[in-house]
Amino acid sequence: MGLTGLQIFKHLPKTNCKECGFPTCLAFAMALANGQIALDACPYVSEEAKEALSSAAAPPIRKVKIGVGDNAIEMGDETEIFRHDKRFNHPTAFAVAIKDDEDVAAKVDTFNDLSFTRVGQHYEADMIALVNASGDAAKFKAAAETAAAKTAKNFALISEDVAAMEAALEVLADRKPLIYAANNDNYEKMTELAKAKECPLVVKAANLEDLTALVEKIVALDYKELVLDPGSRDTSKVLADMTQIRRLAVRKKFRPFGYPTIAFTSKEDPREEMMQAGIYLAKFASIVVINTDKKEHILPLLSLRSNIFTDPQKPVQVEPGLHEVGDVNENSPVYCTTNFSLTYYLVEGEVDATRIPSYIISVDTAGTSVLTSYADNKFTAEKITETIKAVGIEDKVKHRNIVIPGGVAVLQGKLEDESGWKVIVGPRESSGINKFAKDLFA
Amino acid sequence: MGVEILKEKYRSEVREVVLGATAEDGGTRSHTIKVGGETTLPFLHFEGTVPNRPVISMEVWDIFPEEWPDNLKDAFGDVLSDPAAWAKKCVDEFGADMITLRFKSADPDLKNSTAEDLIPVLKKVLETVKVPLIVYGCGKPEKDNEIIGPLAESAEGENLLLGVAEQDNFKAVASAAMAYKHSVIAKSPIDINIAKQLNIRISELSTPLLDRIIIDPTVAALGYGLEYAYSIMERARFGALNGDRMLAMPMIGDVGHEVWSKKEAVISGEEEATWGDQAERSLTWEATTAMALLQGGVDIINMRNPAAAALVKKNIDDLMQDNSY
Repeated sequence: MGLTGLQIFKHLPKTNCKECGFPTCLAFAMALANGQIALDACPYVSEEAKEALSSAAAPPIRKVKIGVGDNAIEMGDETEIFRHDKRFNHPTAFAVAIKDDEDVAAKVDTFNDLSFTRVGQHYEADMIALVNASGDAAKFKAAAETAAAKTAKNFALISEDVAAMEAALEVLADRKPLIYAANNDNYEKMTELAKAKECPLVVKAANLEDLTALVEKIVALDYKELVLDPGSRDTSKVLADMTQIRRLAVRKKFRPFGYPTIAFTSKEDPREEMMQAGIYLAKFASIVVINTDKKEHILPLLSLRSNIFTDPQKPVQVEPGLHEVGDVNENSPVYCTTNFSLTYYLVEGEVDATRIPSYIISVDTAGTSVLTSYADNKFTAEKITETIKAVGIEDKVKHRNIVIPGGVAVLQGKLEDESGWKVIVGPRESSGINKFAKDLFA
Repeated sequence: MGVEILKEKYRSEVREVVLGATAEDGGTRSHTIKVGGETTLPFLHFEGTVPNRPVISMEVWDIFPEEWPDNLKDAFGDVLSDPAAWAKKCVDEFGADMITLRFKSADPDLKNSTAEDLIPVLKKVLETVKVPLIVYGCGKPEKDNEIIGPLAESAEGENLLLGVAEQDNFKAVASAAMAYKHSVIAKSPIDINIAKQLNIRISELSTPLLDRIIIDPTVAALGYGLEYAYSIMERARFGALNGDRMLAMPMIGDVGHEVWSKKEAVISGEEEATWGDQAERSLTWEATTAMALLQGGVDIINMRNPAAAALVKKNIDDLMQDNSY
């Protein structure tokens, strides 16, 4: 449960009645702390105690979902202020804004095109934020229909008018879109609507103080699938608010802030928007709504997301084996390196830039770099030889020359003996590959 | 239940380093630039002070940058064969806070220039622009160790920021800084312990140098392990604020150098259709790399593209706005 036995014990009747099967309340508390028994085994625990125990055991930031099934986006459930202390769990979702009074179909087409492949990964923009710019419920609904027909992705519905929101939900409720937003004036009706349709709901306020009060009112209406908008739009203020919400939730278990957050870009210039969005991604926004839909702005953001949300404890790996760069033939050079993604893609990039079609053998070093894996006895003459034989390169090239990273030059002799190949010591840094290849292979 | 704004209280701050020197300190700069001195995490003005805004230094080479993509070369017009003119354009037209002068020609595989060849170039740049300078060799330690001393001597008193001192090779650069009153970039390979060790070893050579060190944790381009440098920077900043004086130096990111060698900066939209237009993408790649590092705590950024530099400057302007409650 996350609490210690003593912490739980404080909330128990302390009568030692034994009806739970344990000799004392303390013993019961210890068992509960170890997950060996459920709280409801005690017939006398008060409602108050139940509340206190369940809320204390709950994670600092609630996990809230947009959408359904495999397509769902999970937000929240974070425990860290710094990624290096553990990791950040749920990558920031990007919602591209589309107004209901512009060419919705065309905008959705552009959105659908925001699909990229790089370094063996696939990135896509996650959501559409459909904005009720027209102020008209019918128009909002029509826009929802157009957009829904053209994408299976998730939606945020941006309107503070309950009627308009109802109209759009007639189209989209099954997709469990994010409802933006409940404010101080409309929150009773918006919350009722969100509850009825089982959709997550943004709580919007002008500042942290008002946000706290409004969250408490909505929680009192018995709804907790919430996302927070602290109302700030200037870059520096958003940074401060997002930091406060994360800090107070995680360090002080301040319950009104124990929810995912949403940030909006505010700059007119799309490049400046991109810069804002990147800051919010790094600093605690669970979802960022952005206007620019240009590839050159979205690709960097999705790449940044991939970087920031990488688990620091798990190196990213490529599939070990034989990789072809360009139109290879039986005379093409053969390089070898490790299967640490970073290493591999740096090497591949450089080899690609030589414009000399080549093979790269990536050896399984459990995703560690050249020097690390060498020190760890994972990048050895034996292992490289084993990989050479396993990938069938000997059937693909006539020659028997292999380039090894300069950092492991010491392996040259042993590798030649083990593999029977001639070993050429390459540059220490991947940036040296271009010149190296031109001198040797051109 | 009201909100009690949570302000962290830290034990200490990032060291403040002065770059460049005016006449009264033996230099010829029109002004000095201070970096560091922060008493909190990046841009959290509500709980501390950020006395010096991060600065952008634009890169200038002493040889024509053949391998730069056309869109990058075009941004500069006809100054790329003249380091002094190039530097002047960066300062006057593009608003560079500092100039990063790279003596590429010293590379034995390029022109193998000697210190004698380079000193006049350095002098000319110092005469032409009056902002503080960062000076790198060619990146090959053996050669750089030969040239850095004479270069430092020729500019004695200017308080250049000299690159780079590394774990296994710091004496030449650190001694040059000591002897001729300059500052040092201490570079470590994505390893916070080595970063700290290096600062300790430099301080053993000369304790006053501790306030003239800039840490380079070795940044990577966006998409190529940027998160390593980002986290090292966050950890170093956190350490600085919590009493670790050997990690409390301001930090530099060699962004232009890292980004512009990557596919994402140079490949055309025809070859990688899903990636969009090369010129715009190269700009956003460099700017995004810089933006992320700013959030990590970087104080000096080496950049190449003037438009990317302008974008980052605007970002810094916004981040320097007060956000007190």
